[in-house]
Amino acid sequence: MYLPAVFAGKAIVSAIAVKSLYKIFGSRPAEAVRRLKGGAPRAEALAGLPATTAAVIDASLEVRPGEIFVVMGLSGSGKSTLIRMLNGLLRPTSGSVEVDGVDLGTLKPAALRRLRREKISMVFQHFALLPHRTVLENAGYALEIAGLPRAERRERAMEAIRMVGLDGWEDKLPQDLSGGMRQRVGLARALAAGTDILLMDEAFSALDPLIRREIQDQLLELQAELGKTIVFITHDLNEAMRLGDRIAVMRDGRIVQIGTAEEILTDPANDYVERFVADVDRTRILTASSVMEKPHSVVDVNAGPRVAARALRETQTSVVYVTGGQQRFLGTVTEDEVSRALRAGRQSLDGHVRTDHVRTVRHDTAVADLFGECAESVHPVAVLDDRDRLAGVIPRITLLSALGSLTGETDRPDDDAPPSLVDEAGPDLPAAPSAMDLGVAGAPMADLARVTTEVRGEPVAPTREKEETA
Amino acid sequence: MSTTAAPLDGVLPRLPLGEWTERAVEWATSTLGPAFDGIATVVDTLVEPLNNLLTGAPAVVVVLVFAALGLWLRGWKFALGAAVGLGLVAGMPYWAETMSTLAQVLVASALSLLLAVPLGVFVAENRRASQLARPVLDLMQTLPAFVYLIPAIFFFGIGTVPGVLATVVFSMPPGVRLTELGLRQVDRELVQAGEAFGASPWKILLRTKLPLALPTIMTGVNQVIMLALSMVVIAGMVGAGGLGDVIMFALAQVEVGSGFEGGIAVVVLAVVLDRLTDSIGGRFPAARAQRAMQQQS
Ligand SMILES: Nc1ncnc2c1ncn2[C@@H]1O[C@H](COP(=O)(O)OP(=O)(O)OP(=O)(O)O)[C@@H](O)[C@H]1O
Ligand SMILES: [Mg+2]
Repeated sequence: MYLPAVFAGKAIVSAIAVKSLYKIFGSRPAEAVRRLKGGAPRAEALAGLPATTAAVIDASLEVRPGEIFVVMGLSGSGKSTLIRMLNGLLRPTSGSVEVDGVDLGTLKPAALRRLRREKISMVFQHFALLPHRTVLENAGYALEIAGLPRAERRERAMEAIRMVGLDGWEDKLPQDLSGGMRQRVGLARALAAGTDILLMDEAFSALDPLIRREIQDQLLELQAELGKTIVFITHDLNEAMRLGDRIAVMRDGRIVQIGTAEEILTDPANDYVERFVADVDRTRILTASSVMEKPHSVVDVNAGPRVAARALRETQTSVVYVTGGQQRFLGTVTEDEVSRALRAGRQSLDGHVRTDHVRTVRHDTAVADLFGECAESVHPVAVLDDRDRLAGVIPRITLLSALGSLTGETDRPDDDAPPSLVDEAGPDLPAAPSAMDLGVAGAPMADLARVTTEVRGEPVAPTREKEETA
Repeated sequence: MSTTAAPLDGVLPRLPLGEWTERAVEWATSTLGPAFDGIATVVDTLVEPLNNLLTGAPAVVVVLVFAALGLWLRGWKFALGAAVGLGLVAGMPYWAETMSTLAQVLVASALSLLLAVPLGVFVAENRRASQLARPVLDLMQTLPAFVYLIPAIFFFGIGTVPGVLATVVFSMPPGVRLTELGLRQVDRELVQAGEAFGASPWKILLRTKLPLALPTIMTGVNQVIMLALSMVVIAGMVGAGGLGDVIMFALAQVEVGSGFEGGIAVVVLAVVLDRLTDSIGGRFPAARAQRAMQQQS
């Protein structure tokens, strides 16, 4: 969910901007950076430098305000090192980190501490709660550091505790809480701080799967409500796919790919990412828009039965999808209805459109949730965008063959149209769904862009007989 | 040194180490004299009133105070044991000496901790200092106890003051060590949490590290007190008075009876002080919370 954020009157494109960041542990960091910048692979570049670790190499990324940005990678790939440079807990060996347009490298220690109090808070893998302090005191920790008076501290900490659903527990000690509840205290502490940005380093990794699921949902809800910018670290692919608006995959200190879950699944940057994502449950990640097809016959409701009849004849199908004002999807008409309308001499399909023959789904419905809809729909399921316009259809057979290729290895049927086609579509069809509109909902941009291009081709744009006859 | 020729005589030049030490001490006494006088006054003004208070108070009152402390910190069984043990000592002829030993132990331990804990904090926060301090502390702990008495006598003459000061120095190492250990053991994530929320190093020390390190620091306090007790007895050699005096005299005169009585008094003091300070550490909220957490995992 990318909200265009405006701070202090000027629009800020990214909440965090990282440029060519390096972090080297060891005795001769500058030399190591020089060699790595030459482009040599890590092992080769560090060959002559004993006890030197390149934890982060040439990392560049931008985190947009209001998104959940996930950094994923195996143990030792440099995730924690990277996230600790975002709030200055670690100083980069080279490169820059900007938070809200402020370069952390230029800040003195006191200014850096103020930035952490005001802009960035953090949630830790093992919760990092003070064991001798109550839930309330822990939740208010950041405010205590900031020097707020007790009453205000209490009020804001209580509010955060309520947000994470722990009211009634505020006077307990961490030892009285389960792991999931402890992490919710950790979350409350970060929320109470009132910063726009949250850093979460493997925040849910220490929890059992069921509790983890629950707290993930809670995080998504809170984020939808509060619009925080979240950088979330995980080594769990499914967690990354579930939470991330965008995901950066790290390997051996380098970022090998940044993209949406769908982009990474359908278009892995290299073999490594491909193997990494090999066993993810794609049907939970991929959405209706990535398996849908362009509908063959779409007519405007005012175009009349003659146009509908021709569409049926030309496309050799038995059903026409009907759209109304602002291209909103209305329903379908079958051959029977068309001929009845023709016989009655109607000028419009009004009154003949049926809504019970076709199920509709949103473009961002997970593939796993499409099966029931497809089974119950007489004709191919209609996929609607955020403005209820017809984005595509999913015939049962398409879903089945998509399922085959999703669970299969590398066979990706829908991998032909490059996303750059968006630009070529031109602005002359203002009513057609644009990639930007769809992107607003966090939908996978590339896939939708492709679909959009197809939608703009003649079959989907409803035929307007009126214009032809006039 | 020795008069027999060592095998390496003539091969290695003989270092006049003893001579140098003597000169250094002479120089120190002459130039630092006023400072030493100041220190002596401070120690005296601390030990004297406490000594007077403890020896002046009726033995019953002292025994009851310790029993009450025992009851509060450990429970009635220990309170009873402490009362019986101290009662026994009160029934023997060396109660006054026992109390003056106690006064010296308390003052020496307090001074020792006053130096050791901040030093431990400094050393925990500063790797270079830690590396420097380690061999020094090792040396301090391996030197025989009475070695500390020699410079003390040089600087302060004979009496309570050199005894207490030698004790302060002798008992410091575990205070420094365990403070450092306790601070270093604090969970890294907890310290990082402080940093991540913008706390200054000072606030992190006061609000996170010290409370969590307290149980370990209290173990250090306990060890400091135990070492102080053993040293104060040895300080009887330089005329510091108290039980050390009794035992030295008994040794010199081969008086088994009074030596045994003095020995018993030391043992009773040791047990009572050890158990009491041992249980103070466990009463801090951080200690209790940490124990509860450990039991869970
Ligand atoms: N303080 C340090 N000193 C030396 N090397 C370090 C330090 N911190 C991290 N490293 C090294 O840098 C590399 C990256 O570590 P990092 O902790 O960032 O990985 P990670 O992706 O977070 O792994 P994990 O999933 O295990 O937490 C590792 O090889 C690690 O050993
Ligand atoms: Mg990590």
